[in-house]
Amino acid sequence: MRVGVVRFPGSCDEVDAQLAAGRVGEAELLWHADRSLHDVDAVIVPGGFSYGDYLRAGAIARFSPVMESVISFAREGGPVLGICNGFQVLCEARLLPGALLGNVSMRFLCRQVAVEVVNAGTPFTRACAPGDRLSVPVKHFTGRFHAPAPELDRLEAAGQVVLRYAAGHNPNGSERDVAGVSNPEGNVLGLMPHPEHAVDPLTGSSDGLKLFASLRDHVDGLVPAPAL
Amino acid sequence: MKARVLIRPKEGILDPQGQAVQRALPALGFQGVSEVHVGRLVELEVDDPARLPEMCETLLANPLIEDYEIVA
Repeated sequence: MRVGVVRFPGSCDEVDAQLAAGRVGEAELLWHADRSLHDVDAVIVPGGFSYGDYLRAGAIARFSPVMESVISFAREGGPVLGICNGFQVLCEARLLPGALLGNVSMRFLCRQVAVEVVNAGTPFTRACAPGDRLSVPVKHFTGRFHAPAPELDRLEAAGQVVLRYAAGHNPNGSERDVAGVSNPEGNVLGLMPHPEHAVDPLTGSSDGLKLFASLRDHVDGLVPAPAL
Repeated sequence: MKARVLIRPKEGILDPQGQAVQRALPALGFQGVSEVHVGRLVELEVDDPARLPEMCETLLANPLIEDYEIVA
Protein backbone atom coordinates (compact mmCIF):
# COMPACT_ATOMS: atom_id res chain seq x y z
CA MET A 1 0.00 0.00 0.00
CA ARG A 2 1.20 3.49 -0.86
CA VAL A 3 -0.55 6.31 0.96
CA GLY A 4 -0.39 9.98 0.02
CA VAL A 5 -0.80 12.52 2.80
CA VAL A 6 -1.80 16.00 1.67
CA ARG A 7 0.18 18.94 3.01
CA PHE A 8 -1.55 22.33 2.89
CA PRO A 9 -0.03 25.56 4.18
CA GLY A 10 -1.15 25.34 7.81
CA SER A 11 -1.33 21.55 8.05
CA CYS A 12 0.24 20.29 11.26
CA ASP A 13 -0.52 16.57 11.51
CA GLU A 14 0.71 15.44 8.12
CA VAL A 15 3.98 14.06 9.44
CA ASP A 16 2.26 12.01 12.17
CA ALA A 17 -0.21 10.71 9.55
CA GLN A 18 2.70 9.81 7.28
CA LEU A 19 4.49 8.02 10.14
CA ALA A 20 1.30 6.19 11.17
CA ALA A 21 0.55 5.02 7.62
CA GLY A 22 4.26 4.20 7.27
CA ARG A 23 3.90 1.60 10.01
CA VAL A 24 1.69 -0.53 7.80
CA GLY A 25 2.79 0.53 4.33
CA GLU A 26 4.58 3.27 2.45
CA ALA A 27 3.58 6.89 2.83
CA GLU A 28 4.58 10.13 1.16
CA LEU A 29 3.48 13.76 1.26
CA LEU A 30 1.41 15.40 -1.48
CA TRP A 31 1.80 19.15 -1.93
CA HIS A 32 -1.39 21.22 -2.06
CA ALA A 33 -0.43 23.05 -5.24
CA ASP A 34 0.39 19.83 -7.10
CA ARG A 35 -2.43 18.15 -9.01
CA SER A 36 -0.65 14.80 -9.15
CA LEU A 37 -1.50 12.20 -6.53
CA HIS A 38 1.64 10.23 -7.51
CA ASP A 39 -0.46 7.11 -8.21
CA VAL A 40 -0.98 6.41 -4.52
CA ASP A 41 -3.50 3.77 -3.40
CA ALA A 42 -5.12 5.92 -0.71
CA VAL A 43 -5.16 9.56 0.37
CA ILE A 44 -5.17 11.06 3.85
CA VAL A 45 -6.27 14.67 4.32
CA PRO A 46 -4.64 15.49 7.67
CA GLY A 47 -5.33 17.76 10.59
CA GLY A 48 -4.19 21.31 11.05
CA PHE A 49 -5.39 24.74 9.97
CA SER A 50 -5.29 24.61 6.19
CA TYR A 51 -4.95 28.06 4.62
CA GLY A 52 -5.34 29.46 8.13
CA ASP A 53 -8.90 28.09 8.31
CA TYR A 54 -9.91 31.58 7.19
CA LEU A 55 -13.63 32.12 6.55
CA ARG A 56 -14.59 28.60 7.75
CA ALA A 57 -12.44 25.59 8.58
CA GLY A 58 -11.58 23.83 5.33
CA ALA A 59 -13.49 26.28 3.12
CA ILE A 60 -10.50 27.50 1.13
CA ALA A 61 -8.43 24.30 1.16
CA ARG A 62 -11.32 22.58 -0.55
CA PHE A 63 -10.55 24.56 -3.73
CA SER A 64 -6.82 23.80 -3.81
CA PRO A 65 -5.35 22.07 -6.90
CA VAL A 66 -4.61 18.84 -5.02
CA MET A 67 -8.22 18.66 -3.82
CA GLU A 68 -9.51 18.65 -7.40
CA SER A 69 -7.56 15.42 -7.85
CA VAL A 70 -8.60 14.05 -4.45
CA ILE A 71 -12.26 14.68 -5.34
CA SER A 72 -11.89 12.79 -8.65
CA PHE A 73 -9.96 10.00 -6.88
CA ALA A 74 -12.74 9.67 -4.29
CA ARG A 75 -15.49 9.69 -6.91
CA GLU A 76 -13.70 6.83 -8.68
CA GLY A 77 -13.79 4.80 -5.45
CA GLY A 78 -10.31 5.56 -4.12
CA PRO A 79 -10.08 5.44 -0.32
CA VAL A 80 -9.82 8.89 1.27
CA LEU A 81 -9.47 9.45 5.02
CA GLY A 82 -10.00 12.94 6.45
CA ILE A 83 -8.81 13.53 9.99
CA CYS A 84 -9.93 16.60 11.97
CA ASN A 85 -9.25 19.53 9.62
CA GLY A 86 -9.22 16.93 6.82
CA PHE A 87 -12.77 15.95 7.86
CA GLN A 88 -13.76 19.62 7.65
CA VAL A 89 -12.17 19.90 4.19
CA LEU A 90 -14.02 16.79 2.94
CA CYS A 91 -17.35 18.13 4.26
CA GLU A 92 -16.72 21.48 2.58
CA ALA A 93 -15.88 19.59 -0.62
CA ARG A 94 -19.25 17.80 -0.29
CA LEU A 95 -17.52 14.43 -0.36
CA LEU A 96 -19.07 13.85 3.06
CA PRO A 97 -22.47 14.78 4.43
CA GLY A 98 -22.99 17.41 7.12
CA ALA A 99 -20.74 20.11 8.49
CA LEU A 100 -18.56 20.83 11.51
CA LEU A 101 -19.49 23.69 13.82
CA GLY A 102 -17.70 25.29 16.78
CA ASN A 103 -17.57 23.16 19.93
CA VAL A 104 -20.53 23.77 22.23
CA SER A 105 -18.08 24.71 24.98
CA MET A 106 -16.63 27.44 22.71
CA ARG A 107 -13.23 26.14 23.76
CA PHE A 108 -10.36 24.37 22.07
CA LEU A 109 -10.37 20.76 23.26
CA CYS A 110 -7.38 18.51 23.70
CA ARG A 111 -8.05 15.21 25.44
CA GLN A 112 -8.17 11.45 25.07
CA VAL A 113 -11.65 10.11 24.24
CA ALA A 114 -13.22 6.69 23.77
CA VAL A 115 -14.74 6.09 20.37
CA GLU A 116 -16.91 3.11 19.41
CA VAL A 117 -16.82 1.42 16.05
CA VAL A 118 -20.38 1.36 14.71
CA ASN A 119 -19.67 0.09 11.20
CA ALA A 120 -16.76 -2.33 10.84
CA GLY A 121 -17.47 -2.86 7.17
CA THR A 122 -15.58 0.12 5.74
CA PRO A 123 -12.05 0.14 4.28
CA PHE A 124 -10.98 2.06 7.40
CA THR A 125 -12.56 -0.11 10.10
CA ARG A 126 -12.47 -3.65 8.74
CA ALA A 127 -9.74 -4.68 11.19
CA CYS A 128 -12.19 -3.77 13.99
CA ALA A 129 -15.33 -5.45 15.25
CA PRO A 130 -18.60 -3.56 15.72
CA GLY A 131 -18.64 -2.14 19.25
CA ASP A 132 -14.84 -2.04 19.55
CA ARG A 133 -13.77 0.81 21.80
CA LEU A 134 -10.78 2.84 20.63
CA SER A 135 -8.87 5.28 22.81
CA VAL A 136 -7.76 8.21 20.65
CA PRO A 137 -7.11 11.90 21.25
CA VAL A 138 -9.18 14.82 19.99
CA LYS A 139 -7.80 18.33 19.61
CA HIS A 140 -10.00 20.84 17.89
CA PHE A 141 -12.10 23.97 18.15
CA THR A 142 -14.55 23.20 15.35
CA GLY A 143 -15.64 19.60 15.83
CA ARG A 144 -19.40 19.62 16.46
CA PHE A 145 -20.87 17.44 13.73
CA HIS A 146 -24.15 18.73 12.40
CA ALA A 147 -26.65 17.45 9.88
CA PRO A 148 -30.42 17.98 9.82
CA ALA A 149 -32.36 15.33 11.80
CA PRO A 150 -33.80 13.48 8.75
CA GLU A 151 -30.30 13.34 7.28
CA LEU A 152 -28.95 11.91 10.55
CA ASP A 153 -31.69 9.23 10.47
CA ARG A 154 -30.69 8.36 6.93
CA LEU A 155 -26.97 8.25 7.76
CA GLU A 156 -27.56 5.96 10.73
CA ALA A 157 -29.80 3.64 8.71
CA ALA A 158 -27.27 3.47 5.88
CA GLY A 159 -24.34 2.62 8.17
CA GLN A 160 -22.62 5.92 7.37
CA VAL A 161 -22.16 6.75 11.03
CA VAL A 162 -18.97 4.72 11.27
CA LEU A 163 -17.65 5.95 14.62
CA ARG A 164 -19.38 7.36 17.68
CA TYR A 165 -18.10 8.89 20.88
CA ALA A 166 -18.71 6.39 23.69
CA ALA A 167 -21.35 7.39 26.24
CA GLY A 168 -20.06 10.34 28.23
CA HIS A 169 -17.19 10.98 25.83
CA ASN A 170 -18.79 13.37 23.33
CA PRO A 171 -16.37 16.27 23.74
CA ASN A 172 -17.87 18.85 21.41
CA GLY A 173 -21.66 18.49 21.29
CA SER A 174 -21.75 16.51 18.03
CA GLU A 175 -25.25 15.45 17.20
CA ARG A 176 -25.99 11.82 18.09
CA ASP A 177 -22.40 11.46 19.30
CA VAL A 178 -21.15 11.19 15.72
CA ALA A 179 -17.34 11.00 15.68
CA GLY A 180 -16.87 9.78 12.10
CA VAL A 181 -19.03 9.55 8.98
CA SER A 182 -18.57 8.04 5.55
CA ASN A 183 -19.99 8.72 2.14
CA PRO A 184 -22.71 6.32 0.90
CA GLU A 185 -20.14 4.15 -0.89
CA GLY A 186 -17.97 3.92 2.23
CA ASN A 187 -14.69 4.83 0.50
CA VAL A 188 -14.49 8.28 2.09
CA LEU A 189 -14.34 8.61 5.88
CA GLY A 190 -13.99 11.71 7.99
CA LEU A 191 -13.42 11.74 11.74
CA MET A 192 -12.54 14.37 14.33
CA PRO A 193 -10.42 12.13 16.62
CA HIS A 194 -6.79 11.55 15.66
CA PRO A 195 -5.91 7.88 15.04
CA GLU A 196 -2.47 8.97 13.79
CA HIS A 197 -1.60 10.22 17.29
CA ALA A 198 -2.49 6.82 18.80
CA VAL A 199 -0.18 4.35 17.10
CA ASP A 200 2.33 3.66 19.86
CA PRO A 201 1.92 2.67 23.53
CA LEU A 202 4.47 5.39 24.28
CA THR A 203 1.75 8.01 23.78
CA GLY A 204 -0.88 6.09 25.73
CA SER A 205 -2.68 4.08 23.06
CA SER A 206 -2.03 2.27 19.83
CA ASP A 207 -5.73 1.80 19.02
CA GLY A 208 -5.52 4.24 16.13
CA LEU A 209 -3.31 1.81 14.27
CA LYS A 210 -6.39 -0.34 13.60
CA LEU A 211 -7.65 2.23 11.10
CA PHE A 212 -4.39 2.23 9.18
CA ALA A 213 -4.17 -1.58 9.31
CA SER A 214 -7.75 -1.71 7.98
CA LEU A 215 -6.79 0.51 5.09
CA ARG A 216 -3.78 -1.66 4.31
CA ASP A 217 -5.93 -4.82 4.38
CA HIS A 218 -8.39 -3.12 2.04
CA VAL A 219 -5.77 -1.88 -0.42
CA ASP A 220 -3.63 -5.00 -0.37
CA GLY A 221 -6.68 -7.25 -0.46
CA LEU A 222 -5.53 -9.33 2.49
CA VAL A 223 -9.11 -10.29 3.32
CA PRO A 224 -12.22 -9.99 1.15
CA ALA A 225 -13.84 -6.59 1.44
CA PRO A 226 -17.21 -6.91 3.17
CA ALA A 227 -20.03 -4.92 1.58
CA LEU A 228 -20.97 -1.73 3.41
CA MET B 1 -19.94 48.39 -6.53
CA LYS B 2 -19.51 47.85 -2.84
CA ALA B 3 -21.49 44.95 -1.45
CA ARG B 4 -22.02 43.46 1.97
CA VAL B 5 -22.89 39.89 2.72
CA LEU B 6 -24.37 39.05 6.11
CA ILE B 7 -23.88 35.45 7.13
CA ARG B 8 -25.64 33.98 10.15
CA PRO B 9 -26.17 30.53 11.64
CA LYS B 10 -29.23 28.81 10.18
CA GLU B 11 -32.30 28.94 12.36
CA GLY B 12 -32.54 25.98 14.68
CA ILE B 13 -28.81 25.36 14.79
CA LEU B 14 -27.34 25.72 18.25
CA ASP B 15 -25.40 28.99 18.37
CA PRO B 16 -23.20 28.93 21.50
CA GLN B 17 -21.62 32.27 20.54
CA GLY B 18 -25.01 33.96 20.43
CA GLN B 19 -25.98 32.31 23.71
CA ALA B 20 -22.81 33.48 25.42
CA VAL B 21 -23.44 37.07 24.31
CA GLN B 22 -27.08 36.81 25.37
CA ARG B 23 -26.02 35.69 28.84
CA ALA B 24 -23.36 38.39 29.10
CA LEU B 25 -25.65 41.35 28.36
CA PRO B 26 -27.97 41.09 31.40
CA ALA B 27 -24.90 40.55 33.58
CA LEU B 28 -23.80 44.03 32.43
CA GLY B 29 -27.16 45.56 33.19
CA PHE B 30 -28.71 45.33 29.71
CA GLN B 31 -32.09 43.67 30.33
CA GLY B 32 -34.67 42.54 27.80
CA VAL B 33 -32.35 41.03 25.20
CA SER B 34 -33.25 37.78 23.47
CA GLU B 35 -32.64 35.88 20.23
CA VAL B 36 -28.99 36.89 20.00
CA HIS B 37 -27.13 35.35 17.06
CA VAL B 38 -23.56 36.03 16.05
CA GLY B 39 -22.59 35.82 12.40
CA ARG B 40 -20.11 37.29 9.96
CA LEU B 41 -19.98 40.30 7.70
CA VAL B 42 -18.12 40.14 4.40
CA GLU B 43 -17.57 43.45 2.62
CA LEU B 44 -16.46 43.36 -0.97
CA GLU B 45 -16.04 45.49 -4.04
CA VAL B 46 -17.52 43.65 -7.03
CA ASP B 47 -17.69 44.42 -10.73
CA ASP B 48 -20.67 42.16 -11.32
CA PRO B 49 -23.06 42.02 -8.36
CA ALA B 50 -25.21 39.52 -10.26
CA ARG B 51 -22.59 36.92 -9.39
CA LEU B 52 -22.86 37.52 -5.63
CA PRO B 53 -25.37 34.70 -4.93
CA GLU B 54 -23.06 32.24 -6.69
CA MET B 55 -20.10 33.51 -4.65
CA CYS B 56 -22.13 33.03 -1.48
CA GLU B 57 -23.21 29.49 -2.39
CA THR B 58 -19.72 28.48 -3.49
CA LEU B 59 -17.48 30.01 -0.87
CA LEU B 60 -18.69 32.78 1.39
CA ALA B 61 -21.35 30.75 3.19
CA ASN B 62 -21.94 27.07 3.81
CA PRO B 63 -25.63 26.73 2.94
CA LEU B 64 -25.90 23.60 5.11
CA ILE B 65 -25.34 25.59 8.28
CA GLU B 66 -25.57 29.26 7.36
CA ASP B 67 -28.04 31.68 5.81
CA TYR B 68 -26.76 34.65 3.91
CA GLU B 69 -28.21 37.97 2.94
CA ILE B 70 -26.75 40.26 0.30
CA VAL B 71 -26.99 43.91 1.27
CA ALA B 72 -26.29 46.47 -1.40
